[in-house]
Amino acid sequence: MRELRIHGRGGQGSVTAAELIAVAAFEGGVFSQAFPAFGVERRGAPVQAFVRFDDKMIRKRSQIYEPDYIIVQDSTLIKDVNVFLGVKKGGIVIVNTEKAPDYKVPDGVKLITIDATSIALKVIGLPITNTSLMGAFAAATGEIKFSALENALRHRFPKELAEKNIEAARQAFETVKRAA
Amino acid sequence: MLEITEGSLAVAEAVRLCRPQVIAAYPITPQTHIVEALADMVANCKLDADYITVESEFSALSACLGASAAGSRTYSATTSQGLALMFEVCFNVAGMRLPIIMTIANRALGAPLSIWNDQQDSISLRDSGWLQFYAEDNQEATDLHYIAYRVCEDPAVALPAFVCFDGFILSHTYEPVEQLNQADVDKYLPKFAPKERLDAADPISFGMYATPEYYHEFRYAHDKALKDSAAVIKKAGEEFKKLFGRDYGAMVEGYLLDDAETVIVAMGSICGTTKDAIDEMRATGKKVGLLKVRVFRPFPSEELSKALAGAKRIAVLDKNISLGSKGALALEIRDALYGSRVSVFGYIIGLGGRDVRKKDIKEIVALAEKGQGDIFYGLRKEVL
Amino acid sequence: MALAVGCRARPGKARDNKTGSWRVFKPSFDHEKCTQCGTCKTICPEGCISEDTDGKFIPDYQYCKGCGLCAEECPGEAITMKQEEK
Repeated sequence: MRELRIHGRGGQGSVTAAELIAVAAFEGGVFSQAFPAFGVERRGAPVQAFVRFDDKMIRKRSQIYEPDYIIVQDSTLIKDVNVFLGVKKGGIVIVNTEKAPDYKVPDGVKLITIDATSIALKVIGLPITNTSLMGAFAAATGEIKFSALENALRHRFPKELAEKNIEAARQAFETVKRAA
Repeated sequence: MLEITEGSLAVAEAVRLCRPQVIAAYPITPQTHIVEALADMVANCKLDADYITVESEFSALSACLGASAAGSRTYSATTSQGLALMFEVCFNVAGMRLPIIMTIANRALGAPLSIWNDQQDSISLRDSGWLQFYAEDNQEATDLHYIAYRVCEDPAVALPAFVCFDGFILSHTYEPVEQLNQADVDKYLPKFAPKERLDAADPISFGMYATPEYYHEFRYAHDKALKDSAAVIKKAGEEFKKLFGRDYGAMVEGYLLDDAETVIVAMGSICGTTKDAIDEMRATGKKVGLLKVRVFRPFPSEELSKALAGAKRIAVLDKNISLGSKGALALEIRDALYGSRVSVFGYIIGLGGRDVRKKDIKEIVALAEKGQGDIFYGLRKEVL
Repeated sequence: MALAVGCRARPGKARDNKTGSWRVFKPSFDHEKCTQCGTCKTICPEGCISEDTDGKFIPDYQYCKGCGLCAEECPGEAITMKQEEK
């Protein structure tokens, strides 16, 4: 079983990201499970969302403490929350930031930074970074195919919004692929 | 075909396939997605039902009461404080013997305010005369709605039911679920055709008052109908298995029970994590099993005592507490096993959304082996 | 922190929650253009804008969520929202 933990703030779409990653993974033939851990339900408050991937039906319901993958939607969270807690050796951490990191990820963990906010502002016109980060996740981990992500986005959003989000995801996907 | 969807949406789809004629509900976290989805289906002609918007849960269930008495298949959903507000109407619905099905997205009760999961809400209505089903996963949560309608509308039962699934932990989880199709559901679930209903052309009153010469007997009849519904549940579950393959014939379900020395008894989504923990304990040679209680009302005393007969000790997990006493499930299991030599240990766990992990289950098994029970598990001593 | 009986709390608890880290856009105040009308202070949902001794309006960035209402409502267009580097 592989596990993903997403850290974000209310309104950034962490829960939607978890759901759509699970949908895309399921299309790719794995059993997946996505669920949120709400703090207080309001914009801006720290939120976590989780995804599990396995080759059999997933029974476990606890939150994710030792993830293989971490997505940090908002790098200011790094100061407030120990977002890297428990990440497995060989794991991958994706952080939305425009700056060079002034923090350290644990040994043996790969850090990928991407300026998803700028991509989202440019392509969608709103600082909602989840779809860009989903593209980055697809490129960095291979857990989901980009085409499956596209299908999941088309299924979820009205046409115009879906296309914008797919474009944001594609730009992030290609940025991460190029850097690899 | 397996499809991946949110628990609430899977339940809403199952409810749609049951063809309810009247839905009345008031949104409350974490039940909201279910009733939003149903309202959407009604507005977009995907479900031919009257959706009554109301100003409170009290009104929601009152509207359902009237609709059900008039002979409509009726549905509602709520949780926590919403269910608490329905308290009076719940007893009336059951006493009038109206087969309303209501989904409970289980959530803690305030104060302190909590939007997170435990099972205090539905457990607090255990004496209201409704059937109570508890789902382990979203497949079971959807399937139990078909079974609940089939059982409750049986003239021999004529009672309402809660279909309970853990708020957030199931209601907001995306996972694969196999949905039935309309033709299959129609085969399984005949039209609701009560013998008596509110009808201006043939007037009748429901829930008249009963003097002391009669009230006692009405309660006896109600209790008997609820107890006797066990046989109807068994039949409905077996029929479901014949048609769709998934087995709900038993009110309790064992996991690696046969040679188990320590048996965990639990209800709802905690059973999944428990099974994973049991697999790991088994790998180290520990003889541990699980007995999942799917039906809490009627309480399956006989099935339970049979299934638990071989155990040395029982560890009961309660996501509720009868304050001043013990967990509701532990109390009932002690009663069911009265006279046997099996030790029963109760653990209050996971209240108000406290996460339950595999290591917690293992620790509870270790506590039971040491003979330590009847405790609040996992207290944060530093805040006390 | 010990539990308070009945989960009771005195006013001011919200001050513990430094909401400034929620910002994506940061309001920048141009005191040359400012007419000191005080609309920003009135409109701020966080109540984090105050007047200093010179009558200048200054937000407390520890709490400013970057909602942009002050910039939207400022009659002198003296407040602009700028993307904050993160």
